[in-house]
Amino acid sequence: MSIKIALVGNPNSGKTTLFNALTGSNQYVGNWPGVTVEKKEGKIKWNKEVILTDLPGIYSLSPYTPEEIVTRNYLVDEHPSAIINIVDGTNLERNLYLTTQLLDFGIPVVIAINFMDVVRKRGIKLNLKKIEQALGCRVVEISALKGLGVEEVAREAISISTGKTKFKNDIFTKETEGAIQKIAELISYGYIEERELRWLSVKLFERDEEIISHIDLNDKTKENIERVIRETEELLDNDSESIVISERYDYVTSIVDKKIKGKDKVSVSDKIDRIVTNRFLAIPIFAAVLFCVYFLAMGFGGFGIEGFLADASLGDNTIGWVELLFAWISEGVSSVLAGWNVWPWLIGLIVDGAIAGVGGVLSFVPQMLILFLFLTLLEECGYMSRVAFVFDRIFRRFGLSGKSVIPMFVATGCAVPGIMASRTIEQQNDRKITIMTTGFIPCGAKMPIVFFLSGSVFGTMLGGGTIVRALIAVSAYFIGILAVICSGIILKKFKAFAGNPSPFVMELPEYHVPAPLSVLKTTWERGWSFIKRAGTVILLASIVIWGLSNITIETTKENETLLNDENGSFKTEWVAIKDEEDNIVGREEVPVYDQVNHYHYYTSEETVIENGEEITVIKIDKIVAVEHEGLYFMQDGCNCKSILQILGECLSVVFKPLGFSESWETSVATVLGLVAKEEVVGALETMAGDEDPSEKYFNNSYLVAFSFMIFNLLCAPCFAAIGAIKREMNNGKWTWATLGWMTGVAYATSLVTYQLGMLFKWGSFGFFTVVAFVVLAIFLYFLFKPAKFSLLKIIKAPFKKKQ
Amino acid sequence: MTLKDAKVGETVKVLRVQGEGPIRRRIMDLGITKGVEIYIRKVAPLGDPFELTVRGYELSLRKEDAKMVLTERI
Repeated sequence: MSIKIALVGNPNSGKTTLFNALTGSNQYVGNWPGVTVEKKEGKIKWNKEVILTDLPGIYSLSPYTPEEIVTRNYLVDEHPSAIINIVDGTNLERNLYLTTQLLDFGIPVVIAINFMDVVRKRGIKLNLKKIEQALGCRVVEISALKGLGVEEVAREAISISTGKTKFKNDIFTKETEGAIQKIAELISYGYIEERELRWLSVKLFERDEEIISHIDLNDKTKENIERVIRETEELLDNDSESIVISERYDYVTSIVDKKIKGKDKVSVSDKIDRIVTNRFLAIPIFAAVLFCVYFLAMGFGGFGIEGFLADASLGDNTIGWVELLFAWISEGVSSVLAGWNVWPWLIGLIVDGAIAGVGGVLSFVPQMLILFLFLTLLEECGYMSRVAFVFDRIFRRFGLSGKSVIPMFVATGCAVPGIMASRTIEQQNDRKITIMTTGFIPCGAKMPIVFFLSGSVFGTMLGGGTIVRALIAVSAYFIGILAVICSGIILKKFKAFAGNPSPFVMELPEYHVPAPLSVLKTTWERGWSFIKRAGTVILLASIVIWGLSNITIETTKENETLLNDENGSFKTEWVAIKDEEDNIVGREEVPVYDQVNHYHYYTSEETVIENGEEITVIKIDKIVAVEHEGLYFMQDGCNCKSILQILGECLSVVFKPLGFSESWETSVATVLGLVAKEEVVGALETMAGDEDPSEKYFNNSYLVAFSFMIFNLLCAPCFAAIGAIKREMNNGKWTWATLGWMTGVAYATSLVTYQLGMLFKWGSFGFFTVVAFVVLAIFLYFLFKPAKFSLLKIIKAPFKKKQ
Repeated sequence: MTLKDAKVGETVKVLRVQGEGPIRRRIMDLGITKGVEIYIRKVAPLGDPFELTVRGYELSLRKEDAKMVLTERI
């Protein structure tokens, strides 16, 4: 039988490093059901019978964050055989506070004191005996980073896993302990298992709403419990929650040697902080760090997002090695398939659909891995919390916290790592809003749209030089940031997000050198989870888009229609008929196949004498168009409509109020933008052919062009980003909500811009002008509507109800 | 006085944490409990939040939330 061991500890206590050291590559990464909290499990390297579960980093077991609820539910419902409690040796008080809570579960605990190398270097002496005695559990000194003591901890955990623990009942004062015992007696009449009694009693004493709502107690018991709590509160002149927390801390303080608390004068962390969070240097330093990260990602990534770093010349892009590889593969595959006489449409599907689609995703991977690597490094070393600290003031204004800074800034390069960086935001609501709005920031791939429009459209129309271009590009960022801010403010007012005022009480961990293996592992996990989950979305989507643009529908099954060359609707030409010896023996009329796809033609043959020679003349009598019902793969040069074009024509009705109704091409380009935003420009240029795009698509109106740009900047992101959203939301409903929100905001903004622009410029007033005003009014209403916050909202998470 | 009124460089002692709900719980869980001493280390470049030293580590706390903490100078 396998042994289940749980790994619990504070954030930044080296938990992940220890987990990696113990499990090596035998890991399974997933999500806890219902919440966006990562779940990791693994088998211990040298004992496959032992399953180690890495629980999220937490400070306490309160009912307020998904991480904490996940942990306590796991400990109650799964009842692991032992807990390894990893403790930061440089910060014993706060870490052991969590330990005192873990002891209430009746599960054997072994304490692993981490960072012992640092502790020793600082000349701090820990009195382990005292801690062992006071908490009644084994203490092992480790250094997860150097692998010291790691095996010992695991062996210790396995050896105690069969034992039972006695509850510590000297942590609280006599009065509190008495009250807890009384509550235990009051609730012990029924179904509650003995091992849960202690924990439940403490939680009931704290008036833990989550527990109260999940266990059935009759009203009399509830009354009695409340009386016991009241009495104790009066006695100790404090509320029960504070009593429990204070007494736990007091107990820990009493067992930790005072010497540990003694701060060394100025630590390295302090010195770094003096510069990094300096009043004047903080923001420039952040900008410089960000620039370096991008610079390195661009340099070594070997990818080619066109137009990034203000390179407006569209065709001129560096082609990455991944793209070269995929070009080589598709060439190889198509020649092999052609050699096997595979149908051309199937080759198209495989090469242009599947391989090009996957290639499109993978070409982002090297750059993304490097971005992930640097993000992980900055996170692990402790810089990210400083960034949040510095920027919190700004982001709080519109309902987000300082931690949303990172995703937003990363998204200026690519939305995918940006969305994935939202993982460090603890507050679930903040995280959701960050994911929902990160895509508004113009990413590298959206820049070509901006440059295309500012160059070829606005340029010709406004006679614009560099200044107009620059203004348009800046306005793109401005619109994106405005969309984020307004979304943040408005979304916070919705019921789904309201209620939980996000606490920004955050530890600023000491700077430390990250463990290289851990960093690489995290980087790879992030990259791989993107490739895996986002990859499947993109693969499917590219195949679908490819199909839509290459398949045509023919629905009319008309009777045979007569076409002939007399009315000029069908061209024919004469070709010579030759015999085996290549002598001309006659001539034949054949149709020039550029008008219809499917046809029959009827001929008559006669023999005439020309120039004294008898020759055969085959003449067309009639040509009949045969229209079938069904889907067809499009041939080159046929002027039939692809499904995508039909879709574009339908969509252009929807887009009419935004001004870009004149051509279906703009609608199609927008849809193609879902594959990758660079496609928008590519498609427009291809479809324009020799014509001037600004005249063809935008009717020479910069208002239309501007409306088109806004819509494409703000609407649903590319499939890669959609995949990342799905990965991070871990929920289909929220993914759709995000896409709906983004597209809705895009539509509303374009509508208002275009309609009001038309009104002020041309004085044109119509139905949609009214709609635009209504939309604007609704927007302003939500923007300035006062927020209603209820103070308490309990996150419902699975917690087995005892029968 | 509340913790919000404390100046950079001061050390204050916590008398009580007021209010209710998640933020209060979080503040206390991180070690700001009755009797503990807090050193106000610095203020973020934009004037908020605080950086505090409590129980031997650094903590960031918004001024708005610091209003919940009743303190006295020592």
